[in-house]
Amino acid sequence: MPDNKNYKHVFRMIDVRKSFGKVEALKGINFDVGANEVIGLIGDNGAGKSTMVKIMTGVFPPTSGELYIRDKKVSHQHYNVRKAHRFGIETVFQERSLGEKQPLWRNFFIGRQITHPLGFINIPKEKELAQHIMLDLIGFRGAGITVDSQVSKLSGGERQGIAIGRAMYFDADLIILDEPTAALSLKEVQKVLNFTQKIKESGRACVYISHTIPHVYKVADRFVIIDRGEIVANFQKSDISLHELDEFMLKYSTEKAVS
Amino acid sequence: MAKTDIKGESRGLVRIEALPIILVYIVIVVVFMITAPETFLRYRIYQSFMSTVPIPLILGLGLTLVVAAGEIDLSFPSIIAFSGFIFAALYKNTGQTLMPFIVALISGAAVGFVNGVLVAIVGIPSIIATLGGQFLWGGLTVILSGGLAWNIRDIRNEFIHRLFVGRIGGVLPAQVLWALLVAVVLWFILNRHKFGEHVLFIGDNSEVARVMGVNVPGTKIILFTIMGTLAALSAVILTLEMATFWTTQGSGMLLITMAAVFIGGTSIFGGEGTIIGTFFGSFIVGSLEAGIVATGLGGFWTRFVVGLVLILAVALHSALGRGTGLSAVSFLSFAFRKQKGGDSS
Repeated sequence: MPDNKNYKHVFRMIDVRKSFGKVEALKGINFDVGANEVIGLIGDNGAGKSTMVKIMTGVFPPTSGELYIRDKKVSHQHYNVRKAHRFGIETVFQERSLGEKQPLWRNFFIGRQITHPLGFINIPKEKELAQHIMLDLIGFRGAGITVDSQVSKLSGGERQGIAIGRAMYFDADLIILDEPTAALSLKEVQKVLNFTQKIKESGRACVYISHTIPHVYKVADRFVIIDRGEIVANFQKSDISLHELDEFMLKYSTEKAVS
Repeated sequence: MAKTDIKGESRGLVRIEALPIILVYIVIVVVFMITAPETFLRYRIYQSFMSTVPIPLILGLGLTLVVAAGEIDLSFPSIIAFSGFIFAALYKNTGQTLMPFIVALISGAAVGFVNGVLVAIVGIPSIIATLGGQFLWGGLTVILSGGLAWNIRDIRNEFIHRLFVGRIGGVLPAQVLWALLVAVVLWFILNRHKFGEHVLFIGDNSEVARVMGVNVPGTKIILFTIMGTLAALSAVILTLEMATFWTTQGSGMLLITMAAVFIGGTSIFGGEGTIIGTFFGSFIVGSLEAGIVATGLGGFWTRFVVGLVLILAVALHSALGRGTGLSAVSFLSFAFRKQKGGDSS
């Protein structure tokens, strides 16, 4: 497991701005993710969370500002989704991560198959590694779920787990979870939180995007609160209780409504 | 570590792909053996099937991959005409056989490539792009051939005739072995090769495929090119078998090929496909006409029975949880509710 990293921050953005036409979606964001830090990125819909994520994962470049990956500056003209993957930044989307009708072992290796020279898949090897990912990396204990199971047989939380395990296996240094618990039952939420713990334990970093504070409180080391394109607060978990964080958010959104 | 509880299906109990449709085929043959023993207890009818079925079968095998990718190809009947014409015309004008064969395959591949580019790069839905192709290439064939049939009787003496449509040992049509070879190769490509895996994921959810690094447009272009090449192979076999080219030689192939693929159990929704199912689906479609006529029902019944078999087969696949993704329980409860609704009215 990669415990000692030779960098301080896996990702950092300095004074990042992003405009879409006249709309300024991000107004000078300073944001960093430590090498083994789990960050809860909290904000309402439209606050700018997904714009931030899209800049981090290379979907589009910022209008201005600086990006650093593993403490090294990257030019945003040359940064894209492929590069992000190569730098070990993986995003787990709730919907767009797995092929529903395909067995789990295919889902782990799609796009990165282990093949014989002519491109034929080494199925025993892939299944063996799929099993290793499920058992050892994410501690998967779904009843009756095997590497041959179809994704459609899995619950929402289990699907997140499979996608997280895949990202971990392919040595992601930073795993971004985009609203992983939206529309999940409480039991499923607990599963996802356990999988998130595994990311932390394995020495990786994670950005957990959510607007459900109790969920994110359990797993995050630090909370970054974003509103209307600006970071409005930054709390270490040790400095704030769940109750205080909740109260802050409530007070904040009331003030916003008044202003 | 209790590793066993997460292991895959035990190796001893391998599920047989397309088992239901294999059983359906056996049932149909047994029924015809009873209703038309004169015909169906003799080898001749099976020899006849093995000479005619390979042509739609090869098309259906290619189409299985296209449908598994969530796409459709309607242009192959025109490739049957177009590539068949190129083969016949080049043979007639040069007397060569290998060169016309290769050029015919390339012509089919080129049509498929154009289809692929229209679908994957230009972004035209495949049903529209290939419908246009169906008219375009079929029309071009009529223009080039002057609308005439071309007799190439002399080709019966050439090696290529024996190679593709000869009767091995005087009894076994060679084309069935070629179709079998295509089936085996495509089975391995779909189920064991990363290209096939990409096809399945594209059909399942092309956005997932793209995010996971699959070259979606490239895969689709190759896929349509393979389909076009197989259609051209089928065209050559048909032209050789009949020793004639005629402009409408592909018409009528579209619906029976599609019927064979769907009877076989490949889902129109993409993300899954069964080569073995298409293999037996083609033989089911190919056997029905002869069986119906031999039974004494008369040829008028053929289309009706093919339709019946198609609907029943797709319902069967749904009930077994394949295809549309309906589980057996929901299918039965649906059928039950329908019936109850019908009673009360």
